[in-house]
Amino acid sequence: MRIICPLCGERGAEEFVYHGDATVRRPHPDSSAETWNAYVHLRDNPAGRHSELWYHAAGCHAWLVVERDVRTHEIFAVTLAQDVALARRPVTA
Amino acid sequence: MSTASETFPREIAAPAAAVSTRPAQPFRLAEAAGVDRKNLLDFTFDGQRYSGHSGDTLASALLASGVRLVGRSFKYHRPRGILSAGPEEPNAIVELRDGARREPNTRATVAELFQGLTATSQNRWPSLRFDVMGVNQFVAPILAAGFYYKTFMWPASFWEKVYEPLIRRAAGLGRASGSHDPDHYEKTTTHCDVLVIGAGPAGLMAALAAVRAGARVVLCEEDFLLGGRLLSERRMIGNRSALEWLREAEAELRAAPECRILRRTSVFGVFDGAYGAVERVGDHLPVPPMFQPRQRLWRIIAKRHVLCAGSLERPLVFGDNDRPGVMLAGAVRTYVNRFGVAPGRRAVVFANNDDAARTVADLAAAGVAVAALVDARAEVTPEISRIAEAAGAKLLAGARITETRGRLALRGAVVTDAAGTRHNFDCDLLAMSGGWSPTVHLTSHHGGKPVWSEAKAAFLPPSHLPPGMAVAGAATGDPLLADCLASGAQAGAEAARLAGFQTSLPAIPETDGESAELQPLWRVRGGKGKAFVDFQNDVAASDVALAQREGFRAVEHLKRYTTLGMATDQGKTSNVNGLALMAEFNERTIAQTGTTTFRPPYTPVSVGVLAGRHRGHEFRPTRLTPTHDWATEQGAVFVETGPWLRAQYFPRPGEADWLVTATREARAVREAVGLCDVSTLGKIDIQGPDAAVLLDRVYANNFASLPIGRVRYGVMLREDGFVMDDGTTARLAGDRFLMTTTTANAVSVSRHLDFCSQWLWPELDVQMISVTEQWAQIAVAGPRSRAVIEGVVDAGFDISNAAFPYMSCAELTICGGLKARLFRISFSGELAYELAVPARYGDALMRRLMEIGKPLGVTPYGIEALGVLRVEKGHPAGNELSGQTTAADIGLGRMMSKTKDFIGKAMAQRAGLTATDRPVLVGIRPWDRAARLRAGAHFLARNVENLAANDEGYVTSVAYSPALGHWIGLGLLQRGTERLGEVVRAYDPVRGGDLEVEIVSPVLVDPTGDRLRG
Amino acid sequence: MAKTRYSIVQVLAQAFRGQRGWAPVWRDAEPKAQYDVIIVGGGGHGLATAWYLASQHGITNVAVVEKGYLGSGNVGRNTTIIRSNYLLPGNVPFYEHSLKLWEGLEQDINYNAMVSQRGVLNLCHSDAQRDAYARRGNAMRLHGVDAELLDRDAVRRMYPFFDYDSARFPIVGGLLQPRGGSVRHDAVAWGYARAADQRGVDLIQNCEVTGIRVEGGRAVGVETGRGFIGAGKIGLACAGNSSRVAAMAGLRLPIESHVLQAFVSEGLKPFFDGVVTYGAGHFYVSQSDKGGLVFGGDIDGYNSYAQRGNLPVVEDVCESGMALMPGMGRLRVLRQWGGIMDMSMDGSPIIDRTPVDGLYLNAGWCYGGFKATPASGWCFAHLIARDEPHEVAKALRLDRFAQGYPIDERGAGAQPNLH
Repeated sequence: MRIICPLCGERGAEEFVYHGDATVRRPHPDSSAETWNAYVHLRDNPAGRHSELWYHAAGCHAWLVVERDVRTHEIFAVTLAQDVALARRPVTA
Repeated sequence: MSTASETFPREIAAPAAAVSTRPAQPFRLAEAAGVDRKNLLDFTFDGQRYSGHSGDTLASALLASGVRLVGRSFKYHRPRGILSAGPEEPNAIVELRDGARREPNTRATVAELFQGLTATSQNRWPSLRFDVMGVNQFVAPILAAGFYYKTFMWPASFWEKVYEPLIRRAAGLGRASGSHDPDHYEKTTTHCDVLVIGAGPAGLMAALAAVRAGARVVLCEEDFLLGGRLLSERRMIGNRSALEWLREAEAELRAAPECRILRRTSVFGVFDGAYGAVERVGDHLPVPPMFQPRQRLWRIIAKRHVLCAGSLERPLVFGDNDRPGVMLAGAVRTYVNRFGVAPGRRAVVFANNDDAARTVADLAAAGVAVAALVDARAEVTPEISRIAEAAGAKLLAGARITETRGRLALRGAVVTDAAGTRHNFDCDLLAMSGGWSPTVHLTSHHGGKPVWSEAKAAFLPPSHLPPGMAVAGAATGDPLLADCLASGAQAGAEAARLAGFQTSLPAIPETDGESAELQPLWRVRGGKGKAFVDFQNDVAASDVALAQREGFRAVEHLKRYTTLGMATDQGKTSNVNGLALMAEFNERTIAQTGTTTFRPPYTPVSVGVLAGRHRGHEFRPTRLTPTHDWATEQGAVFVETGPWLRAQYFPRPGEADWLVTATREARAVREAVGLCDVSTLGKIDIQGPDAAVLLDRVYANNFASLPIGRVRYGVMLREDGFVMDDGTTARLAGDRFLMTTTTANAVSVSRHLDFCSQWLWPELDVQMISVTEQWAQIAVAGPRSRAVIEGVVDAGFDISNAAFPYMSCAELTICGGLKARLFRISFSGELAYELAVPARYGDALMRRLMEIGKPLGVTPYGIEALGVLRVEKGHPAGNELSGQTTAADIGLGRMMSKTKDFIGKAMAQRAGLTATDRPVLVGIRPWDRAARLRAGAHFLARNVENLAANDEGYVTSVAYSPALGHWIGLGLLQRGTERLGEVVRAYDPVRGGDLEVEIVSPVLVDPTGDRLRG
Repeated sequence: MAKTRYSIVQVLAQAFRGQRGWAPVWRDAEPKAQYDVIIVGGGGHGLATAWYLASQHGITNVAVVEKGYLGSGNVGRNTTIIRSNYLLPGNVPFYEHSLKLWEGLEQDINYNAMVSQRGVLNLCHSDAQRDAYARRGNAMRLHGVDAELLDRDAVRRMYPFFDYDSARFPIVGGLLQPRGGSVRHDAVAWGYARAADQRGVDLIQNCEVTGIRVEGGRAVGVETGRGFIGAGKIGLACAGNSSRVAAMAGLRLPIESHVLQAFVSEGLKPFFDGVVTYGAGHFYVSQSDKGGLVFGGDIDGYNSYAQRGNLPVVEDVCESGMALMPGMGRLRVLRQWGGIMDMSMDGSPIIDRTPVDGLYLNAGWCYGGFKATPASGWCFAHLIARDEPHEVAKALRLDRFAQGYPIDERGAGAQPNLH
């Protein structure tokens, strides 16, 4: 697979380290045990489009959110994870 | 086992014999398009000397010499000859070369002849002509598909002892050399606009079109010559011979600045974003050229791909269709036209299509008698009649070959005509053609299923091709030369256009007329003898019928049950015939029956080339510490710790073993001072206003409260609550920390911090970078360490205990202005420092410290002694941080903050992690103090049975303690903290050990910590 | 239901009849309206479950529904290794039970699956790794499992052609389980299928489950491409696709689907006796009875439902092969393929009830599925028949993640691609 890193350009996937599902969100510390278990262990694991985290280990050390079809390995979009995280979680004081 | 010197080319001495005594080539013809008649080469097959020419394959040279019998089949050991002239060859497979370079299962049809080539037939004993296992032919009725699943079950113990050894001995093909491969391999990556696969007429046109548009082109050709079928046929292109056209096209491509032509290169797989190809750089030579690999792996990254892989001819399925001398019709033309070899003296041609008439014409033109043209179709064109007549061949339309004769070579064939009359022909060559199958393998490497075309009687490329791929030429199912040239040009131009170039379609040259009309004939009924579908694996039509009868009707069941298509030719000549037969037996269409999945590699690829240079010492990179050269000078013994090579111990003359040395080194640290390179520990520089906030969230304990100039030991958890790593972190400034990690986790902790700061808490204003390689760090440990440090720090820096107490850190200069960092931390439990300098000064610093320490008795120590010291102090390390332990398990439970959130806090509360019966860290010492402890032993109570139910934990680390004078250890024991003083067993059956050990505190030396604060 | 018993007598008799008397190994069953038990997934585990339901629990009104052909999943695309050389108490008894079932399999199902106990050797490359293997070997011995710790010389006597003298990570010894070995993988599926069929189990191929019907918190049947099929109980044995199928009943699992590649070389005369795993990279190899070296390595490492992998892992596997056995260079990879694995959050499987009544789960097999086939079927059948876990599968429960009892052999944590 070829991943277009927003900082480094197109690179082979072997430069990256895979983490997994980018849709799960770390719960508030006071969340229930059930919520924590779901965050750490449970995954939708869809057979189709998958939003997932990759780390450009042999490059810029950016975490990326990659939109990819796990049936075909086709990649639709790559975004800096930090930008995704900031966009969905407004900075609070 | 071979030595490195063998990897360099040896001169192959010319044989002493003069040319005139060279063995004759009685089947060599006067003209050959592709061999150099002037250049004679000697080779041996099964020890017999033969000769050929440059441009020959082993197969063509054997045929020229009159050799017909080349191999034996897998199961029945039937005599086999040469079926094809290409990579699809199922029969003529040999062991090429000898000694450490022996290559089993090499197809003679693609092995280029070189001077001194040695080949040996395989899977026969004692000889090719007299193969004892040939007896299998006569018990063939028993050895039907899958017979082994139904027997050999009684008695159960006989399988491994009797049946299986017999089967294993009989099975298999060639022999592995058993020696290390003396040759080198390499890998490379290239980028281009258009990748063209195959340099036949379509591929050449595609490459020309793309090159003319200005695209960067890579053209891969499996053969050692460009041209594909043009080399095999007598054709006209644009009013000149196809060979002339080929020369011009090749010259234009060679002259083009952006066209890389890779001959001898098989594109074997379509992967995501890259095509894999193997270039056989040195396989056509006795040994690879100096400084060249045997083979090279190409990863080709192209914007567009044009597949012009051509097509493969199908055999016909009739009784005893496997005798040496039965050959594919197209291959016959290849041998005649390209190699100038007559594959026989008297031929019969059997076909179901118009194309095969060429074979009659070409054989006749070469002076080979053609006894008959047997056309399965009831009616043939006047053109075919004319060709047969001109060749003097008896034309039998609507006829079939129902029998063949000959044992080690074909001697004749029986033809049954439409009226049922038998015609007996003597012949030593039977050219057969069942039509052509497009080479669609690469088109379905991404899961697309080839589509059956009833009109073309072939599987065509799937509608859903791998991204960026187009197919042209015969691979599309349109085999006519004119179509190949046109579709190649079209596909090449379109590929260049899609890659961003302005293109125009090149002119398509005219060709002479041709026809490829065909009427499928999937098997000859009512014939005599086994009708083979898969030649190498001996799968006959009757086996397909048996599979159908037994319910193995899905194509994958057929394949797996009968082994159809699973031989080294990967079913290139057998798959379609097998599927067609299954369809017939199932009374379904071929389209309904479907096809098996094509998977990489398209053609077998050596393991060596896929590994490249990554073998032996170069299997993985070796990371060396900054003081490696110095340690080498000291005679250090090194040990692999992950990717690092670290000094394990520094033996002195007269020391009997590592234990003596490590004991001396550890004692020196306790009694004087020692030096140890600890640069491999991970170092992460963390900066920013929110640095302390981040640390508080990744560490279980508190870091925001750490004063500037101080160091704190920290433990971090994974989000699942188990311990991830530990280490010390120093606060260099309010917004700057330097974290150390374990050697093993340096990379993963760095990644984890990036994850936390970029993804979990992107709002934090903090940046970090690993500086592991940038700093050399040396531990200076022992009661005299302060004196050594005093010797290097620049004036003005006070390292007195009061000014620089335990757990202090500072940025300072040493040795007259060299910037450095000093940490007063201690893994050994002694008064100790770690001194860090930019990595390029590491070696110099070590030498300076040794010099200064000399009068103080300074001793370098390796990681064995380091381990001894830490076990004495009960510090957890890799064996205790196994990823399976909690902070509480290793005695760090109280470090987990109750007042803040941190990674792993929530999940660490789970029942399983807080259970009171979890094994926890303890120290142990042998009850018999003279006894030696071993890590990996399990704890059992004294008077219990040796059962898993009584397993209470295990020994994690052991060391011989010079301070205590006996072995000590650490372990994880259930309820261990309550059991101090208890005696349990360290049970170690795999090493015959069963020792009584006393449970003690993990901290066995200086439990109050006076020394390190001194 | 043809009940031809396979034997050498039958094979000889058929030889004289042109092999024309063999009956289909199983009936091509049409789905009935209602079964006592439906097993989703006609792979090794599903078929074994059906066989043991019939043979051990007398439950024969059973259907196995399979979306493709029988054995089309990982039972037919693995490296055929069987062993029980595990470390943790949650795993060892289970895999040892499996190995014992393998040892009697052929006589039990009257099908020669070529169970071959040629020995499984795990190589170690450092003192620390040797001690870790000692810990594992000792754990095995405590469970009554065979284990021997070998030194370098002993390994060298067994496999003289490994790289002992120029290796980046020298071989210092190994942990040998003599009873480990390999099995002809397809034959396992076919043998169980034939045996189950003979007891009346319906094997329904080309029948994809598209939904699980749940009424009042209870699973009552499956929607399929061939209509609704009712069931008293439903067992899911469709590793690789467990998440997708479980989602039909509203469940989320602690599983990701990953692709694992495997490789076979061209056929060779026998030279490699047992099964060997290389300890300084992820690599395992054996030689099949047919002569090919069968080998594999790491998963590709990213979620995938495509049954194909990529070049970096192909290269990585071959690099380990060459590092171990530099004579492999001139041998050729004949085929490679990819299978989709249920990679669980702790690297160990799940055999348990689910929150939906009547719905049972057999999933999360990671790399371990093939060797587990008999015990998986045995324990899953036990669970379905008696509604309580089998003794040796008690630890393989679904709630172990929530409760903090992971069975994490590698200590890698809740990160599926690290197991």
